Amino acid sequence: MAYLKNFGVILVGIVACVGLSPVAPELMNPYLFSILMYAGINITLAVSLNLVNGLTGQFSMGHAGFMAVGGYVSAFLTTEYLSKMNPGLPAGLNEIVLFAAALYAGGLASAALGYLVGLPSLRLKGDYLAIVTLGFGEIIRVLILNIDAVGGARGMPGIPKWTNFGWVYAIAFISIITVRRIMASRHGRALLAVREDEIAAEATGVNTTRYKVTAFVIGAFFAGVSGGLFAHFLTYLNPQTFDFNRSFEIIIMVVLGGMGSTTGAVVAALFLTALRELLRPLQEITRLDFRMVIYSLMLVILMLTRPNGFFGTKELSDFGPFRRFKRDALKDAAAADAPAEGARG
Amino acid sequence: MSAPLLEFRDVNVHYGAIHALKGISFSVEQGKILALVGANGAGKSTTLRAASGMLPISKGGVYFEGRKIDGTRADRLVSMGISHAPEGRGIFANMTVEENLTLGAFLRKDKSAIAPDLERVFELFPRLKERIWQNAGTLSGGEQQMLAIGRALMARPKILLLDEPSLGLAPQIIEKIFEIIVKVNETGTTVLLVEQNALLALEVAHYALVLETGKVVAQGPSRKLLESEEIRKAYLGD
Ligand SMILES: Nc1ncnc2c1ncn2[C@@H]1O[C@H](COP(=O)(O)OP(=O)(O)O)[C@@H](O)[C@H]1O
Ligand SMILES: [Mg+2]
Repeated sequence: MAYLKNFGVILVGIVACVGLSPVAPELMNPYLFSILMYAGINITLAVSLNLVNGLTGQFSMGHAGFMAVGGYVSAFLTTEYLSKMNPGLPAGLNEIVLFAAALYAGGLASAALGYLVGLPSLRLKGDYLAIVTLGFGEIIRVLILNIDAVGGARGMPGIPKWTNFGWVYAIAFISIITVRRIMASRHGRALLAVREDEIAAEATGVNTTRYKVTAFVIGAFFAGVSGGLFAHFLTYLNPQTFDFNRSFEIIIMVVLGGMGSTTGAVVAALFLTALRELLRPLQEITRLDFRMVIYSLMLVILMLTRPNGFFGTKELSDFGPFRRFKRDALKDAAAADAPAEGARG
Repeated sequence: MSAPLLEFRDVNVHYGAIHALKGISFSVEQGKILALVGANGAGKSTTLRAASGMLPISKGGVYFEGRKIDGTRADRLVSMGISHAPEGRGIFANMTVEENLTLGAFLRKDKSAIAPDLERVFELFPRLKERIWQNAGTLSGGEQQMLAIGRALMARPKILLLDEPSLGLAPQIIEKIFEIIVKVNETGTTVLLVEQNALLALEVAHYALVLETGKVVAQGPSRKLLESEEIRKAYLGD
């Protein structure tokens, strides 16, 4: 039952995003629309990083690296092979199937690398992950710089423009629901236990390594998919796009939203994407790059006034009229946890 | 005589270059309380960590119900019946009392028996029931210790490993906690109790072990140790 209901919610969400897709670009000027698209991609990035940094309490600094892997893998597939293929489906559907396959492949490649990077560093207790992921992000960037097949330092042009409003927001929606469902299950409680006290979590029987690695791999998967969306929106990739600043930006979204709040990650992704653009005219007036200075200053002020971020560890469902939904979700989770109640007795 | 529930045979543990356990051997009989006493740094916590799979051992063997268990993952050992309430309580501060206790039953397959067990823990610790919706971080030190023990019990352990349950608590609370340890033992749970407060531990335990810098320097029925002149001088502050 819970599963069906869940499936229903996802279906409705995706249909809504796809339905809005042809309308959205007509409602605003192209500049505003592109901001909206980047904000949507940033939502997926922030929500997936929050699963690792906020909810599981591990500190990853390599989200841009995973984004790059997903972006380059999917873009390479589409430009070299998929855009020349015709699986013979009705027009329109061709592109959807091929793009879904490319995004999925990008996500999987990223997840596989996440596993390779995460397993050795997460098996240890302590902050090894931060250092390892920091190095990983840089290594990926330098590697791509030296791979001629994807353009090296020149970048990779001519990627088909397949990303639209529907793709971006449907995937953001799926990432949010995925994280929310994980957190409402017993697995979510295990992740929170790891965040709270790793030794106590181990003592209660949580396989801490497995949970940390799983969260990290899911995070890497969604970062990879975001990279694919990004590549097929911009139609051009350059390794410099995925430098440490990019990882840092996503970390800021998670911290500002409130470590451990999915709602916070979404709000902060929207807010910071908009803020950066709003500050752009200032740069044109003063002819100096004050933008990052003001951006940073605002972050400092925000963190001083709200040290736990916008939402702390709270979710939308913790407030007023939304609380009802949370109760339902918890009930569902409890029902899912004890399916064989009657059978045992 | 049947095999002991838990047995250490010549167990050695290293932390890098530090040789923390230098070949210790002992066994815990089913249904008993074994006290592990000794000064700070003697290796008591290390012994518990070796028993619950939180640490690799470098030599020797740990046996549970006759099976070699060293090298087995900690979560597997919880399923097998070894439950460890670590030093310093280690409760989940931002979760409620109930969430903490339910996490104690994380690996249990018999979901329908969890609710009655929760009631049993609340019978042992009525104060926890009053605070069921409270965040564990807001509990007093004594209540947190009760929660740590209660959470360990929720796994339905065959053996309960307790690391310094008296640490930093007022005498009255300590007394209450020790009463409960005895009660838990009387219902059939074997207990391996680590304490710096040796007098207290020897009073409730059937058998005791004295550790000194990673070695067992004395062991025997706790009554015998309580009578020994040497032990009283060295550990009981006479
Ligand atoms: N994580 C660790 N790293 C290095 N040395 C440790 C660690 N934990 C304990 N030790 C050392 O091992 C010895 C035994 O410690 P421990 O088992 O904690 O003693 P006790 O619990 O009896 O006070 C001490 O010398 C201590 O300094
Ligand atoms: Mg100790």
